[in-house]
Amino acid sequence: MTAVGESVRALPDASARPTPSAPPRPLREYGLFALMVAPNLIVIAVFAYWPILYNAYLSLTEWNMIAVRPTFVGLANYARTLTDPAFHQTLWTTAVFTGLIVAGSVVIGLALAVLLNLPLAGRGFVRTLSFAPHVLSGAAVATLWLFIFDPGYGLVRVLLDPLGITAPNLVNDSDGALLALVIVYLWKNIGFAGLIYLTGMQGLPRELDEAALIDGAGAWTRFRRVTLPQLRPITFFLLITTVIGTFQAFDVIAVMTSGGPGDATTTLSWAIYSEGFEAFDAGRAATISIIMFVILLIVTAVQVRIMERRVHVG
Amino acid sequence: MTATLERTAPARPQQTPRSVRAVQYVVLVGVAAVFLGPLYWLLTTSLKAADEIYQAPPEWWPSALTWENFGLAWHAAPFDMFFLNSTVTTVAGTALKVANAVLTAYAFVYLRFPFKNVLFMGVLGAMMVPGHVTLLPNYLTVASLGWINTYAGLIIPGIGSAFATFLMRQHFLTLPREVTDAASADGAGHLRTLWQVVLPMSRPMLITVLVITAVEEWNQFVWPLIVTNTVEMRTLPVGLLLLKDQEGPTNWGTIMAGTALVLAPMLLIFFVAQRWIVGGITAGAVKG
Repeated sequence: MTAVGESVRALPDASARPTPSAPPRPLREYGLFALMVAPNLIVIAVFAYWPILYNAYLSLTEWNMIAVRPTFVGLANYARTLTDPAFHQTLWTTAVFTGLIVAGSVVIGLALAVLLNLPLAGRGFVRTLSFAPHVLSGAAVATLWLFIFDPGYGLVRVLLDPLGITAPNLVNDSDGALLALVIVYLWKNIGFAGLIYLTGMQGLPRELDEAALIDGAGAWTRFRRVTLPQLRPITFFLLITTVIGTFQAFDVIAVMTSGGPGDATTTLSWAIYSEGFEAFDAGRAATISIIMFVILLIVTAVQVRIMERRVHVG
Repeated sequence: MTATLERTAPARPQQTPRSVRAVQYVVLVGVAAVFLGPLYWLLTTSLKAADEIYQAPPEWWPSALTWENFGLAWHAAPFDMFFLNSTVTTVAGTALKVANAVLTAYAFVYLRFPFKNVLFMGVLGAMMVPGHVTLLPNYLTVASLGWINTYAGLIIPGIGSAFATFLMRQHFLTLPREVTDAASADGAGHLRTLWQVVLPMSRPMLITVLVITAVEEWNQFVWPLIVTNTVEMRTLPVGLLLLKDQEGPTNWGTIMAGTALVLAPMLLIFFVAQRWIVGGITAGAVKG
């Protein structure tokens, strides 16, 4: 803090000296730049970019990670994976899981933001409360919900018993397990969507809304015709981050279902883990990794394209 | 409320009928319950005696509280080692990652270098690489470095920083150029300018980046799961999975106590540092 004061006091003095914007020794400056960015750039190169190339290479090989080196097999892994009904099931599960969570995040997140935007006492506290799970360990949240869903002794039974409903065994049911994961994932992350929408709403200019009000538009019409279109960039941001995040959801799945029962909750992210670190099939894990990478690139590109068009038109 | 009345006074907020307001409050309380309920269930279960957990149907209000479950959890798995490993990983990982972000951002804003804009796109591009896709290659890289089951293996692959670098850079760009120019004219080298001028002026953003990074490091799961292979090297979230598998569905009191141990530090940090976390998250959204 004092340093700021000192340098400000030194200002008149400084103007008398040679101008600082053109130092005489650019090479020294280049060297300092290189030193400062090198650690970060090296780690990024080795642990973010290199893995893409390494994956691409491994996906063309067969390797159990014990043999001295991988065996080149060409596109055999892709042919095997893309024609495998089990892999189609994995893609479908991932799509359903992601679709439900994206829809839930947008719809419930929006509703939450509308509620928290009302002039209600205690809304700040509820906002904090709803956002809190977002910063908690996914593994711990999943463990907690595993107990909540326990049909014998969990919270679900406490709530359903008085209503005369038998608590379902969601997590161990091949139809219910994915739904259980979606509920937990939404519970953990819906506060994030709500907060993003709330911030967006509070940043909107009031004039448009008031103009619509004068024109006699009701609350719902104003929300649909005035507020919602202005929130498009926020929805766009949420779509991308939610899709990317959900594709990589792992801790909740690992703790609650381990991809089961059967393969009911085997998503791409679980498949990468189980092929790589349970079946030790490096070629297959790398192939699925590349497929996931490409899907996410396409999703991002398409969303950017659609959004650009809408922003320009609307 | 007639239409004419509204027309004459458009700027005044509409009066909300009491009944509508009441419904809004009911919904608000319901939402609070949805988020508070599970946490209440966690806390009370971890403090309940076993017979009260395993009665059917279970009791919503515990009749007596006991610390027994925490002792059991601590004995069932080496939670002291989990805590140590999580702390070392979080503190070292956060310090190195944020140092990387600050140094990189400073260099890109204040120093000259050929093609530095291209280089910066390279840094930002790393955000497009999904972390889960890098698991297997990074495991193999870390294995070839001999870092499996070490702190280096836990920490180093995660200290590259793209998003935090981006946030710091955006902030540095808003600082008045005169102040740093004056400092360098004053004879201060770049490192001194960074440490004594730029960082003190960036405290809120620095705290945001520190807190967000620390939360991420603490909650890491899949990387510690694959890069460590002995109980002694596990971090808390992975250790909790071990506890859960070991105690099965027959010992929820112990498991909930372990869960509370994993959650408590982050809950504490959240309620203390809430505004910085929220500020950082929304800054990312507005710029993204």
